[in-house]
Order: sequence, then C-alpha cells, then structure tokens
Amino acid sequence: MNLRKYLKVYKKFLHTSLASELEYQTNILVDLITAILSLVGSIFLLSIFFQNSGYIGGWKFEQALIIQAIYTILNGITNTWFNPNLTEIVKHIREGTLDFVLLKPIDSQFFISLKKINPSGFLEIMLGFLLLFFCIRINQINLNLSFLTLSSITISCSICILYSLWFFISTSTIWFVKTWNAIEVLRSFLYIGRFPLSSFSFSLRIFFSVFIPIAFITTIPSEVFLGLTVFWKILLEIIVATLFLINSRKFWLFAIKFYSSASS
Amino acid sequence: MVQNIINVKNLSKSFDISSKEPGLKGTIKHFFRRQTKSLKVIKDISFEIKEGEIVGFLGANGAGKTTILKMLCGLIYPSEGSILVSGYLPFRRKENFLKNITLIMGQKQQLIWDLPPIESFYLNASIYDLDKFEAKKRIKKLSEMIEIDEELYIPVRKLSLGQRMKSELLAALIHEPNILFLDEPTLGLDINAQRNLRKFLQKYNKETNATICLTSHYMKDITSLCKRVICVHEGAISYDGKLDLLLKKLSPVKEILIVCRSEEDAIKLENSGFTVKNKIKNEITIKIENNSITSSLKTILNNFDIEDLFINEPPVDEVIGKVLIKKDYDI
Repeated sequence: MNLRKYLKVYKKFLHTSLASELEYQTNILVDLITAILSLVGSIFLLSIFFQNSGYIGGWKFEQALIIQAIYTILNGITNTWFNPNLTEIVKHIREGTLDFVLLKPIDSQFFISLKKINPSGFLEIMLGFLLLFFCIRINQINLNLSFLTLSSITISCSICILYSLWFFISTSTIWFVKTWNAIEVLRSFLYIGRFPLSSFSFSLRIFFSVFIPIAFITTIPSEVFLGLTVFWKILLEIIVATLFLINSRKFWLFAIKFYSSASS
Repeated sequence: MVQNIINVKNLSKSFDISSKEPGLKGTIKHFFRRQTKSLKVIKDISFEIKEGEIVGFLGANGAGKTTILKMLCGLIYPSEGSILVSGYLPFRRKENFLKNITLIMGQKQQLIWDLPPIESFYLNASIYDLDKFEAKKRIKKLSEMIEIDEELYIPVRKLSLGQRMKSELLAALIHEPNILFLDEPTLGLDINAQRNLRKFLQKYNKETNATICLTSHYMKDITSLCKRVICVHEGAISYDGKLDLLLKKLSPVKEILIVCRSEEDAIKLENSGFTVKNKIKNEITIKIENNSITSSLKTILNNFDIEDLFINEPPVDEVIGKVLIKKDYDI
C-alpha cells in the first residue's frame, strides 16, 4: 500500500467534504447547537439518576461523567466519520454508484469509510475532551505515561469496535438493500453506553458484552481512567477490537463478490 | 497486426431474481416466503475486440448489454466462462487494470454534487496518483477537447445535463484510460450535446487509439461511432460484425422517388416492370434492390424524361429495430 498516495487522497477527501458541508451554513449551525444541547441534556439526565442515591452500579456521579465524556467523544467520531460515510454505502448500493468506487485504483473500504466528514461532529469531540479533562480534575486522576498509553489504546479499540459494528450493518445492504432500521437499533444500543455496565442486570451485562460489545466501547476505557480496570480486560478489548476490524475487512471483501450493481 | 485487447469465451451470468404476486396476499407471501429463481441473463457468449476498435452493443432493454459491460470492467463476477481484458481478469480489479479502464454511465454520476467539477477532477487525479502539475495539464487538454471552460468552476448541481455529462466524461478520462466502457452516454442529452459528445469520442479514439465499448439506444451514436456492432438478444449474441453489412442485409431495397416531366411518362414508367410503391400524378416511387441500383437508374434516365430524382435510405432506427427483436442474423 502506497501510504503517501493514501495520505494525499485523504487530504483531498477532507478538503472536498469540508467544502461541500460548508456550502450549507445553517445546517452546520443547527448541528452545532444540537451537539451542545444533546450534551447538556445527557448530563442533566445522568444527574437525575444520581439524585436519590449517590451511587449507580458502584459508580459515583463524578466517575459516571467519565463514561459520558467518552461516549460524547465516540458519538462525535460517529457523527464526523461513520454516519456520513457508512450511511452513504447504503445509497451507493441502492443506486448502483458503488460501481465508481469499485473501479477506482484505491482500496474500496478506505474510500467508502473516509470519503466524507461532517465538520459539526468535531465540536462534539471537542466537548467530549473538555468534559474528560474536567473529569480528570474532579476525580484527581494522576496523568502519567502508562495511564495515557492505556487510555489511548482502549479508546482506539473502542473506535475500531464501533466502526466495525457500523460497517457490518452497512455492508449487509449488499444482500438486504435496506438496513437503515438496523443502524437505528445500533444507535439506540449505543445510548446504553452512557451508563456503567455494572448498573445493568447480569443478563443484560452478558448481552452488552458478548452480542453487542457496548461494554468494551465505553466502560473499559472509563475504568482505565479511574484505575479500576484489570489487565485482562484491556487485553480482551484489544483482542475483540482486532477481531472486529479483521472481520469487517473480510466481510467487505466477501460481500462485494455478491454486488450485482443496480440495473440501468 | 493489431492485438486483441478483449477476449471473451463462453461467458454466462445468472442472477437470483425474486418474483412477487400482485395484491396484499402476494405482498405478505413475498415477505414471509420469498421465492427466488436463477435467471441466466448472459448465455454462453464469445467475442474478441481489437485495440483501438469502437464496438457498439445493440439490444432491447434487458437484453444483457449493460451486464456484459459490467463484467468486462470487473464489477460483476461471471458465473461461467472466461474474460481477459488487457491481459487481466477484470473481476480481480488489479490496480494496473483499473488504471487502464473507465466506465461512464449516462444515468449515474460520480461528480460531487455540491462542488464545482474541478474539485472532483483533482480528487480523481490524486486517486490515480497524478501530481498537481500533470493533473492541471490533463484537465486543460481534455477541457479543450470536450469544449468546457467556465462550467468547471460552477457547482455541479447548477449545471445543465449536457454540461454535467461533459464534466463526467472529463472526470472519467483524467487518468487517460485506453479502454472506455460507455453505457448510454448520451441518455437525456439534446441533439447538439449528443453530437458534441460523439465528436469528442471520435477525436479521443483517433488521438489515443483507445478501445471503446458502447451501448446506446440512440442509433446515431452507433452509426456515427461504430464500424462493428454486437447485437445481444435475450443474453445471447445474435450478430457480431460490420454495421454496414447488417444494414444492407436488413434493408436490401432502396426507395426512389422519380419526378417525371409529364404524367404520361409516369404512366409509361409504371408499366415498365419496376416495383411501384405509389404514384401521384407525375411523381412515382419505385423500389430497387441495392445490387442493381446503378443499372436500373441508368435505364430510367436513358428511356424516360426525368425532371428530378430522390434516393431514400430507410431510417436506421427502423432497420436496427428489427435486430432487437430477432434472435439470429446470419450474414
């Protein structure tokens, strides 16, 4: 793979999609306001849950805010990259314009996963990081190299798992044509990631760890921040993320063999 | 000797198609128990195309032309048989193969809708690994050939269909491919835009010796660009050969309108043994076989007092229309 070429192409992707999005100023403004209101609403909801008892699933409000911060960062990444690109796959497949992607001398998964960005998602990422720094302060977390390395690894793994989940569903459009509902169901499940996994019943904890690995997406990185996690959990998250990423690649290569293109 | 650039042997393609009965009952049945059947849309076809050739694929809607084109460029996996394009198996979509080909579809677009075409050109240039200087040079050259200038800087959504199609062509040709697959490129364009596009394709073929495979329902595209046509009927090839031979075969007679000096001459001509289509006063229309046209006209001009004479070619659309509904043409 020619890395220089891919960086050059990605720079062009950034340029063209920013230029496209900035054509519609009002839309950007509405998205920015939505991102702020959504975060304020989520924190307000979380504070209501903690009003009667100081703990939920063994987590204090200040600790649970870390999960909210990581969720906001991941939701920002979803809105910046995954949502605009992976919903576009559905459109490409339904309208047959995937033809143009497949005939380009560039990795098709790279192309369809990164071609577009939604700049308003950047604000959400920034707000998430601001909240995270605030949480680091109020929880008096010691920022050292091993902490920074582990938190970066677990957040990167969360991004990989989240991307793979979106990608699996979007790719299945090749067979099922309309999978929009499945993406909405996934989004609903991701809302659950705003709460500590230990606040759910045993059966739900199993479900959100094994079937839809929400636990890996927000809880484990948050535990790293609080120094509550154990090594095997981090290792498990790395294994799960690697497996998800490898399988998303294999699934894509398998799926495009069944792509029949839309009729003209 | 000119090399074959496309080799297709015993190619077949089947699709699983689901069918649905009409009405609510049919819809519910279709939802719970979908019945699919395998439909062979391409049936054991073989052909070769030489480098620099322009070949037209003719056929009715659903005959399989686009499926053939999509298999040739590697978008669809063949069910049986073999395809070799420029020495590559298309469906493997190797980088060097993809750098050599392009697909242009009249009804689909790759340009970024909200931005001027120039942005899409530079994006494509980076995908094809062209540096900025080379990209600029090629855009200039192609935009001169295709005759677009200020449209390059207007958002695609504000361009007319003709201007968009020109821009689509430029976006698809920036990497200077030597094999072009064109699926109804003139669809929806007005007469002038169609003519310009054909002119451009002829020029591109002449200057670069590119091979062009074209499908179109506009016969003018086929007659002005293609010397060779491949007729596809229900997934099988019904004719593969020169277009003029096909036209001769399908329309063996010409109609000649003769204006005589007097009605008496017209009556004399009517009774002279020619096949008469109709006669109005001193004007008479006769049918003459293509192979005896010179001798027949000589006889008429020597023996009758003729004021004027018109030779009518049958409309190509009408002639080609016969191809679309017939299974086999043995020329």
